[in-house]
Amino acid sequence: MSVAVGDAGAVLRGSLAQNLARTLLAALAIALGVALGLAVQLVNRAAVDELTQGVRTIAGDADLTVRGPRDGFSEQVFARLARDPAVAVASPIVEADVRVAGSPEPLRVLGLDLFRAAAIQPGLFPEGGGQYDALRPDTIFLSNAARARLALDPGATLVLQTGLADVPLRVAGSVPGAGGQRLAVMDIAGAQAALGRFGSISRVDLRVTPGTDVAAFRERLAAELPPGVAVDTPQASLRATESVSRSYRVNLNVLALVALFTGGLLVFTTQALSVVRRRAQFALLRVLGVTRGRLAALVALEGALIGAGGAAAGLVAGYAVASAAVRFAGGDLGSGFFRGVTPTIAPDPATFAAFFVLGLAAAIAGSILPAREAARASPARALKAGDEETALARLRPPWRGLAVIALGSLLVGLPPVDGLPLAGYAAIAALLIGTLLALPALSTAILARLPSPRDAPSGLALAQLKGAPGQVTVSLAAIVASVSLMVAMAIMVTSFRTSLDAWLVRVLPADLYVRLPASDAGSLSREEQARIAATAGVAWAEFLREDHLLLDAARPRVAVLARPLPESEAAAKLALVGPALARPPGAPPSLWANEAMVDLYGFAPGSVVTLPLAGRAERFFVAGVWRDYGRPQGGVQIDRATYAALTGDDGVTSAALWLAPGADARAVREAVRRALPGGERLEVAQPGEIRALSLAAFDRTFAVTYALEFASMAIGLVGLSSAFGALVLARRREFGVLRHLGMTRGQVARMLAAEGVVTAAIGTGAGLALGAAISLVLIHVVNRQSFHWGMDLAMPWPQLAAFALGVVALATLTAVASGRQAMGADVVRAVKEDW
Amino acid sequence: MVPGAALAFPRDHGSHPTFRTEWWYATGWVRTALGRELGVQVTFFRNRPNVAERNASAFAPRQLLFAHAAIADPEHGRLRHDQRASRAMFDLAGADEATTRAWIGDWSFALDGATYRARIPARGFALDLAFDPTQPLLLQGDAGYSRKGPLPHQASWYYSRPQLAVSGSVTIGARREEVAGRAWLDHEWSSEVMAPSAVGWDWIGVNLDDGGALMAFRMRDASGDALWAGGARRGASGTEVFGPRDVRFAPGRRWTSPRTGYAYPVEMAVRAGGEEYSLAPLIDDQELDSRATTGTVYWEGAMRARSGGRPAGRGYLELTGYGAPLRI
Repeated sequence: MSVAVGDAGAVLRGSLAQNLARTLLAALAIALGVALGLAVQLVNRAAVDELTQGVRTIAGDADLTVRGPRDGFSEQVFARLARDPAVAVASPIVEADVRVAGSPEPLRVLGLDLFRAAAIQPGLFPEGGGQYDALRPDTIFLSNAARARLALDPGATLVLQTGLADVPLRVAGSVPGAGGQRLAVMDIAGAQAALGRFGSISRVDLRVTPGTDVAAFRERLAAELPPGVAVDTPQASLRATESVSRSYRVNLNVLALVALFTGGLLVFTTQALSVVRRRAQFALLRVLGVTRGRLAALVALEGALIGAGGAAAGLVAGYAVASAAVRFAGGDLGSGFFRGVTPTIAPDPATFAAFFVLGLAAAIAGSILPAREAARASPARALKAGDEETALARLRPPWRGLAVIALGSLLVGLPPVDGLPLAGYAAIAALLIGTLLALPALSTAILARLPSPRDAPSGLALAQLKGAPGQVTVSLAAIVASVSLMVAMAIMVTSFRTSLDAWLVRVLPADLYVRLPASDAGSLSREEQARIAATAGVAWAEFLREDHLLLDAARPRVAVLARPLPESEAAAKLALVGPALARPPGAPPSLWANEAMVDLYGFAPGSVVTLPLAGRAERFFVAGVWRDYGRPQGGVQIDRATYAALTGDDGVTSAALWLAPGADARAVREAVRRALPGGERLEVAQPGEIRALSLAAFDRTFAVTYALEFASMAIGLVGLSSAFGALVLARRREFGVLRHLGMTRGQVARMLAAEGVVTAAIGTGAGLALGAAISLVLIHVVNRQSFHWGMDLAMPWPQLAAFALGVVALATLTAVASGRQAMGADVVRAVKEDW
Repeated sequence: MVPGAALAFPRDHGSHPTFRTEWWYATGWVRTALGRELGVQVTFFRNRPNVAERNASAFAPRQLLFAHAAIADPEHGRLRHDQRASRAMFDLAGADEATTRAWIGDWSFALDGATYRARIPARGFALDLAFDPTQPLLLQGDAGYSRKGPLPHQASWYYSRPQLAVSGSVTIGARREEVAGRAWLDHEWSSEVMAPSAVGWDWIGVNLDDGGALMAFRMRDASGDALWAGGARRGASGTEVFGPRDVRFAPGRRWTSPRTGYAYPVEMAVRAGGEEYSLAPLIDDQELDSRATTGTVYWEGAMRARSGGRPAGRGYLELTGYGAPLRI
């Protein structure tokens, strides 16, 4: 007996070798899933680590951090904090991302009081330069990363561009403790002058006196600080920083997992078919004394070997891809979330181990059903030919599948967990798995309803499918999974892009748009506004002020857009979703919230809310909700006259221009730039350009998504044809019999083509339906909960039709090609096999 | 600065923000209720960097304040020391122009009526001391105009308050002890004290046991020779003012700091006028590392002066520029 058990391994090895191509393909699918998952994880982790390291460097050893609006809050808050007996050290900071001449990206500038920062933020301490250089208002110190990026050595002049003004500063030295952060340090008084922020600071980091109860002190401070200024632990700022990109990162991770799922599915089809083909061998092993458990373990072991090989290759590839991605595309993978950081990939063993285990698990999971199947068969029956079908019959009961689908539909209604659409992801998984489980019953039902064709080959094909629906199921699973995921993504992305495009057209009604270069500092004064409005060719100018307020210390800041918005024009000017509410008499001024504000802060239409403007809590009536694809962290719009009256600030950050009849946009653009000193720095664009840029940014963001999807679908489809091919090859005896009975080769080929068409059509149909359902979950649950924006369903019919036809054609071609191969030289003799 | 201008009080007790540097430097010997002898030092420096004069920011570093506090404790074997630094801003740190009042957060040194009060809640120790004058001001140099180098403008405005009666408390760790003793206060301001070739100075201020007061200093060049020297001795018979020829410092035993490797002549023979004094430190290790604030490492220590083989007085010895050249 022991001889037989030893031989079992040899039999399996033989099988792996025989199916080398299919086995390699399954391993490749696992490798791809692992590689994508690992690469996405490594790149995201590196970028987030670098970002949070930046937050840590700036907060240093602070016990608490006080932050407020992006443009800062009164420095008197610092003076009060510094006097508080519970405060040992209070370190004030002026912070802004500022444009630097000659550099495409803003530089983070930190204005410090070195005497205080020395006690809390040693990582920001400047080095080099002469005596007092660190106190001069006209010197700046660059971190090593910033120095490398800007190519400015000590002694060189760095020009900060704030608003339309140039502020030249001498690079006096370095910030050695800042690690890979791209930042610059200067004296706080110099920073206030350079950024035009006299009287205001961005944050205060606090160390409490020994023995102070930090939580109690924090609570007291929270009550004492002016509205819009919040105190929290540095960990909370870390969370806020991380949360900006969290949904995007989780989405990519889920997509990578889909690739892994496809890999697991491919292992399943490979193993299921190979088990069927080796039923006789397994039966022999059983007869020779190999136990059921042992046999199941051996098949599972095959899966594990495929998984281990694939996962190991995936780790290597994933690391290489991550390193290359960071080098060539930066840490943001095209999303724009991580600008300003230069991440380095840290190969951390736990992540590698986790993805190896995931790959292994996917492969083993894919092998479990086939393994149980192999073990369950009665040896006596399995030794006979033609028994393959019963093996797969067990996959048929539909109730499990329907129950899982029902569960998925219930999950759709659940709220996000910790800001993530976990229930939505689970619902998609449930819909997919449920459909796969229900597939055998479904295909049986459909096949039973198909009329019998007159044409003999087609009739035979249908009879074959009806008679052996189990084998069809294996092919169907691959088709349905591939098609549905592809379809779901295509519908979601098309809906998103279509909605975005329509939204851009809606929010860009003017002829020209003027804005300051992206920077936290500077605005256009009343006089500069007047000059722009008076430019020849400009019929009407509308100015907008953008502000960023902190409503919750644990979340990113919320954007406030102040522009001329009389209530009568709100419905026409804003991309409202839902009705424009009339402000009741006596209600405070109107405010329009984007969808994220409703989700995150409960700014429900009709409610009265408060905004901390200029250090005071101001009440507003929520008069409507607008769609916004730009500010998932939250954004509101208010009338600029109201904003200016409440804040005393009439500076603006951008303008929309309507041209006089006959005016040439290009000429006006140049005239605006010449209209005021430093005006050549203004970014002036036509709506079409902005639209094109936005859509390009959209496509860039989804480029990685497309790539991930395409890779897993390609593997899925290749797997499908391979499975089909295997099935056909397994039927050589049957073809032999058919040839004996007088069918021509052409007729057999037609029969196979018919089988392919019918199978692929059923699979594609089910895949389309399932994909549409999944796309609805993606649009209404996953996207809404992740990014807090709604979108309208748009079906990419031509692509879907082309895709569906392509899948059917591919399946048919594969069937025919495999058939031709199967009917090679000795098909007639093949009938003798087994007898 | 020009000689001949008369100092006026109380105005000149206050700060002189147009000058580059200024300090109020109190050093003294105190005895605890249990009879322990300690050296105490409280210093406030004011500095005008002159780099942000026109900056409109409330944070503009027009005036910087530094403070050092130290206790020389033979039981501890070295200084207990703490320091603070801040720009003058809001009411968090500053130096009053009307009278002596300098503060950084809760550290302060101020003239309250006729009494100076020092409140220094430091890391690991605290000083809460009152200094009561027992004698008139001692204007150094020529009516307060104290030359520090060969060129006339290398000089400072400088007066001393010897023989201050100290009372109050010294807290070390959790142990608070009442103390009493004698102290010496220097108030000095200038824009250019050091000749370019000077690397540092030696200084002593001694409350003589007979009620007299002795101050002597020399500016050293890189070779260790005196570039300039001066001083004064006030006794019952009046005040002698010393010029460069009247003062000689002869280094004796050196002590090398295990932390910095700098070697300081902690024992000195000082000739001032006709008298010869030999100095011996309370403890050797009174090196003061102020690199975090004023940026220097120097030796500032309590010492005993003997003359003619007998104890003559107690005071402080200051040795600067023994490591890197001193920059003010």
